[in-house]
Amino acid sequence: MSAMTSVQRLTLAKGLNQGLRKAMEDDPKVVLMGEDVGKLGGVFRITEGLQKDFGEDRVIDTPLAESGIVGTAVGLALRGYRPVVEIQFDGFIYPAFDQIVSQVAKLHARSLGHLKLPMVIRVPFGGGIGAVEHHSESNEAYFAHTAGLRVVAVSDPADAYWMIQQAIRSDDPVMFYEPKRRYHERAEVELDEAAEAPLPLHRARVTREGTDVTLLAYGPTVKTCLQAAEAAAAEGKSLEVVDLRSLSPLDLDTITTSVKKTGRAVTVHEAATFLGMGAELAALVQRECFHHLEAPVLRVGGYNIPYPPSRFEEEFLPGLDRVLDAVDESLAY
Amino acid sequence: MGLSSDDGVMQSTARQVGVEHLLPSPEPVRLLDEHGTQVLPSSARRDYVMPTPERLRAVWRAMVIGRRLDAQSTALTKQGRLAVYPSARGQEACQVAPVLSLGPGDWLFPTYRESMALFTRGIDEVEVLSLLRGDRHCGYDPMRHRTAAQCTPLATQLPHAAGAAYGMKRRGEDGVALAFVGDGGTSEGDFHEGLNFAAVFGAPVVFFVQNNNYAISVPLSKQTKAPSLAYKGIGYGISSEQVDGNDAAAVLSVMDVALAHCRSGNGPFLIEAHTYRMEAHTNADDATRYRTGEEVSTWISRDPVTRLEAWLRERGVIDDETVAAVQAEAEEQAASLRDRMHDDATLRPMSLFDNVFATPTPQVRAAEAMVRAESEAGEQA
Ligand SMILES: Cc1ncc(C[n+]2csc(CCOP(=O)(O)OP(=O)(O)O)c2C)c(N)n1
Ligand SMILES: [Mg+2]
Repeated sequence: MSAMTSVQRLTLAKGLNQGLRKAMEDDPKVVLMGEDVGKLGGVFRITEGLQKDFGEDRVIDTPLAESGIVGTAVGLALRGYRPVVEIQFDGFIYPAFDQIVSQVAKLHARSLGHLKLPMVIRVPFGGGIGAVEHHSESNEAYFAHTAGLRVVAVSDPADAYWMIQQAIRSDDPVMFYEPKRRYHERAEVELDEAAEAPLPLHRARVTREGTDVTLLAYGPTVKTCLQAAEAAAAEGKSLEVVDLRSLSPLDLDTITTSVKKTGRAVTVHEAATFLGMGAELAALVQRECFHHLEAPVLRVGGYNIPYPPSRFEEEFLPGLDRVLDAVDESLAY
Repeated sequence: MGLSSDDGVMQSTARQVGVEHLLPSPEPVRLLDEHGTQVLPSSARRDYVMPTPERLRAVWRAMVIGRRLDAQSTALTKQGRLAVYPSARGQEACQVAPVLSLGPGDWLFPTYRESMALFTRGIDEVEVLSLLRGDRHCGYDPMRHRTAAQCTPLATQLPHAAGAAYGMKRRGEDGVALAFVGDGGTSEGDFHEGLNFAAVFGAPVVFFVQNNNYAISVPLSKQTKAPSLAYKGIGYGISSEQVDGNDAAAVLSVMDVALAHCRSGNGPFLIEAHTYRMEAHTNADDATRYRTGEEVSTWISRDPVTRLEAWLRERGVIDDETVAAVQAEAEEQAASLRDRMHDDATLRPMSLFDNVFATPTPQVRAAEAMVRAESEAGEQA
């Protein structure tokens, strides 16, 4: 694998897998831990083949207890390791909530910088896969709200490959959100040994340029927004799509540059809009772009209800129509 | 053990191992009775030898000093110098002996109750108390002292200890993690997760439960139906022991066995130490609402310091002169602590932004700039 020099078409899942492999080759202190991550390769196969190649000491099938997994990772980090924890599904991160917000997020500040916590907590998140309850949640705002945590969300295979490596290299703890319904999307990824990450971890990206309205999205809704932009173009509307990539910190420059250009913004995520990322984005954008705005910032997202049974997902998730409706509302203001 | 997997029908998880080696002694291990007379730990399941007089003298000295600093700390709350102080008076043997039994490569994972243990560890007292004065969340450098920040969310330190010990094992170091927890803390999920992870990873952790009978006001009888908290290790395959936590000689001896167990690659060890906190939960608590004066006075006769002192005197290891000298030393340290705590530390509010992240984020920088501008504007006004 390491001799690979070409561009390959990979799924987002495989991009993560290759990125993890590269990180483990580069640094022997990187250890993966979680439920079923070893022999099985994780329920989404993100760690497939890694235990076979790196051994049971580097890819650890832990007991089934999320608080214990994260807490043990804290201890390993104290002894110089760089643990990468897999939370099996978004909805099962809550037993570890206390360890994450009370310990992982605070230890660096609490110890006046003496303790570094270079750990990554990977969270497959979001809906759209027809799962039973607790398997489709978008809980990123809880963690973005917590000082001391970095929170990122990937949306495509190349970012998956690079961002997981950058997250592992971070000396701060990173919550790493993976859009599970996009795991099987394919795109080209540069795997050359000498290649460098196209963007820093916490930079947003203008994924599609446009002039009329800015769509702010991350994770699974980036693709939704790109499709919306495509559909809008057919009607002569030019939408710009910004993939935030990093939720905390936010790359405000990229966001405000885009909104100042278009004068209109719509935020799009699966999480409930009430106190979701969109609320923060709307507040920041109105503060920074007030004189450029031609319409209020609009938010498209999940309704403020528990994630519904899967047969209602279509209605619940923000799809093309709801994004385009918001665009129309903004343009008609 | 009747079920076996080789009949191809029934799968069993029953392991063909006895549990004898995991069991705690039927009675708490004791080497000194309440009068300081040496006794044979006849019912003990393991071999516990009397530590040398030199080591016991050092433990006694640290207990005398620790008790004095503990009393000084409570007094500092009355003088408005500490916001709150959880005293460990009565628990000196548990605070001191385990810490002094550690080697240079070992780690300590303390709770809020462990100020005395941290003094004994040699960490500057003012640094220790900065948490309770409200200057810092952790006043000392955890890496330098191989001592984690004191944990307030109960039992959360136990998975950390499991991970750190596992890390030491992986690195081929022979260090052990000593993790303190209270009787109430044993009901928390992280107690169980910490024990289980340590056992599964074969991590060298000594889990030291100070059973002081109370979690604030709630007595042990409302906390568990286990025959002894030491039995909580057995389900995880962890060798466990119970000890008279007011007998410093026994605590030291049991710690020696536990550390040797861990260093020989046998995984973690759990100790339940039966003790009692003589003060209220903290200075802010009123213990008369949940326990009687009679109950407290029965524990006066079990005092850990006088008990060991009696034995050392009887052996001729110490005499009136030594006792007076150590007491004078304790007074001196208390006076120095008092003086230093009355000196107000200069607080730098802007430092709050320094360590939110290892590498500051633009948002932290922006918040910092905003506060700086506000305070500069305030100064000009
Ligand atoms: C998770 C959590 N819940 C509640 C508290 C509040 N609290 C602080 S100390 C305490 C009692 C703990 O009792 P125990 O574990 O026996 O330790 P002790 O105080 O007796 O040393 C409680 C309930 C806490 N610190 N953490
Ligand atoms: Mg207690």
